[in-house]
Amino acid sequence: SPSSCLRPPSPPPARALMPRTRELPPLPQLAELPELHQMMRQTCRDYAQKELAPIAAQLDKDHKFPAKQVQELGAMGVMAVEVPESLGGAGMDYLAYCLAVEELSRGCASTGVIVSVNNSLYLGPILKFGTEEQKKQWITPFTTGEKVGCFALSEPGNGSDAGAASTLAHQEGDEWVLNGTKAWITNCWDASATVVFATTDKSLKHKGISAFLVPMPHPGLSLGKKEDKLGIRASSTANIILEDCRIPLGNMLGDRGMGFKIAMQTLDSGRLGIAAQALGIAQAALDCAADYAHKRTAFGAPIGKLQAIQFKLADMALAIESARLLTWRAAMLRDAKKPFTKEAAMAKLGASEAATFVSHQAIQVLGGMGYVTDMPAERHYRDARITEIYEGTSEIQRLVIANKILKEYQQ
Amino acid sequence: MHRSSEVKHVASYLNTRGCECFGQPCESHCPVLTDRTIHVQLKTFIKIRVKPDRTGVVTDGVKHSMNPFCEIAVEEAIKLKEKKLVKEVVAVSCGPQQVQETIRTALAMGADRGIHVEVSGKDYETLGPLQVSKIFAALAKKEQADLIILGKQAIDDDCNQTGQITAALLDWPQGTFASEMTLEADKLKVVREVDGGLETIKINLPAVVTADLRLNTPRYATLPNIMKAKKKKIANVKPADLGVDVCSRLEVLKVDEPPQRQAGVKVETVDDLVGKLKEAGRV
Repeated sequence: SPSSCLRPPSPPPARALMPRTRELPPLPQLAELPELHQMMRQTCRDYAQKELAPIAAQLDKDHKFPAKQVQELGAMGVMAVEVPESLGGAGMDYLAYCLAVEELSRGCASTGVIVSVNNSLYLGPILKFGTEEQKKQWITPFTTGEKVGCFALSEPGNGSDAGAASTLAHQEGDEWVLNGTKAWITNCWDASATVVFATTDKSLKHKGISAFLVPMPHPGLSLGKKEDKLGIRASSTANIILEDCRIPLGNMLGDRGMGFKIAMQTLDSGRLGIAAQALGIAQAALDCAADYAHKRTAFGAPIGKLQAIQFKLADMALAIESARLLTWRAAMLRDAKKPFTKEAAMAKLGASEAATFVSHQAIQVLGGMGYVTDMPAERHYRDARITEIYEGTSEIQRLVIANKILKEYQQ
Repeated sequence: MHRSSEVKHVASYLNTRGCECFGQPCESHCPVLTDRTIHVQLKTFIKIRVKPDRTGVVTDGVKHSMNPFCEIAVEEAIKLKEKKLVKEVVAVSCGPQQVQETIRTALAMGADRGIHVEVSGKDYETLGPLQVSKIFAALAKKEQADLIILGKQAIDDDCNQTGQITAALLDWPQGTFASEMTLEADKLKVVREVDGGLETIKINLPAVVTADLRLNTPRYATLPNIMKAKKKKIANVKPADLGVDVCSRLEVLKVDEPPQRQAGVKVETVDDLVGKLKEAGRV
């Protein structure tokens, strides 16, 4: 019979295809952020929804680095949000960066951490402590998405105990020679450079650590096997092994002995990137749970009508909202060049614990469906777990916060 | 275990051709389009509700964004500018204060400046292709535009008229449903998607082109461009300033929801199926 359709069906371009996942109504804070930030948040949200969310499950399954997406994000300026335009970045502030990482992580947590590590852990310290020459050499090529960087602080023998760095660096003529092993380095299999922390003066303890810039690949630098992780599987994590790795003297970042200070300040900011990632994961888990609550019926009605589910959703939303506001506040303090260490630690702690809580409850809301790979809830659960560990464990965050509070009340 | 059910595809609700593709994204109808370049794209997963007085749908609190075909049109214009074939891209929108957000999105994609033609309240509710075309025609003359690129239709009212009426008012040639356009000196080669296939025409400038789905893939606004967009100007204009009367010639009598989907009937054999279809007058 003649169809009323006049045009033969043809596939619309990918962007016009409506995704299957339900989109949450616009979040109220959108109205309170400055217009610039709203626009950039929307553009990142669109990108995450259309380009990241559809492939996230497959990337996770294949442990595949999203090279194409990283390039596209580079072209959008997202790989170097805070880097000034003169160096090839987007020239925006840290709040914008946190919004970007949250929205991208909502689509794919692995992509979120890749963006975060490049921005905060690699570009961050070079921007703050690098010479003009170093900035040109080590920043500009890493703004476009073509190259990503990584941050090598942790070692097999010390994570939280960063002051005990056993990687050594000694000078030989006009070169630094690095020896040691770094562990748990995110992005390293896909990176083209790294910021490495090594001890230059063992007697000075943590004041004897210095930071170095090492290109990758490089003679004397090799990579360990890719870790087979519980979550964020599309981002590579491995050891970096330095055996007589020689770099020019000009590759020291900052002054000799400044390494620990650089590391701590970098992590202060990086913390917010991870808080943003955790928020994105938590939000995605809430999206999943709330959507399911509408559709799944039990006892004759959608389960969203049941108080047990409602209380869960309320607690989940509260946890995310609180952590989000903390994150924004810490970012705004940083942008205003005010002290933000305590707030950043609170944000990271709050957001990462929110992510694990929300993703845990999301599986509970989905019931059996939450346990299988057909729904993304299980991936959010797996992705969320690392946020309580890396870039400062929850325990370290508590120490940082307590430290600050005690100082405030110092007699 | 329960599988999530298909979300009702709301776009089919707005389609006046009565397509019964509820529950499945129907590729020939969706996205449904309006040709008011007012960019009212009602996101398809929001439950659209008819207003109690049945004069239209509820738009309060519904997120508005750029019509997908208009996005394609903006992208094409920016591509022409990047190829240095045009000097300036001006993004225009007619509507209340909120459309400025959409204009800014166009600026963030790369347009040079914007014009906001302010139409609000009752006038906005009755704004249709004829009035918008008059506005565009007046603006084109005022700005001395050489090329107008519009989306082929808007996905809320599905009119597919603005491009055509604008061209007629200006007495300009038109290349509608463009899936490809090439500027060759002062002529425009347009490949149009028509029912029978593709039609290639050559038209003189100045001209009106309406963008179809396959013309291009719109870019995401880059962060540096979003920053630059803040500094770009959006001029404010009223229809009266352009000598245009936005009074509507149409009166909407009523707007109804589509009939509720009736339950189907299971049949045992093919003969039963044919019998039922004959009964229903479908065969």
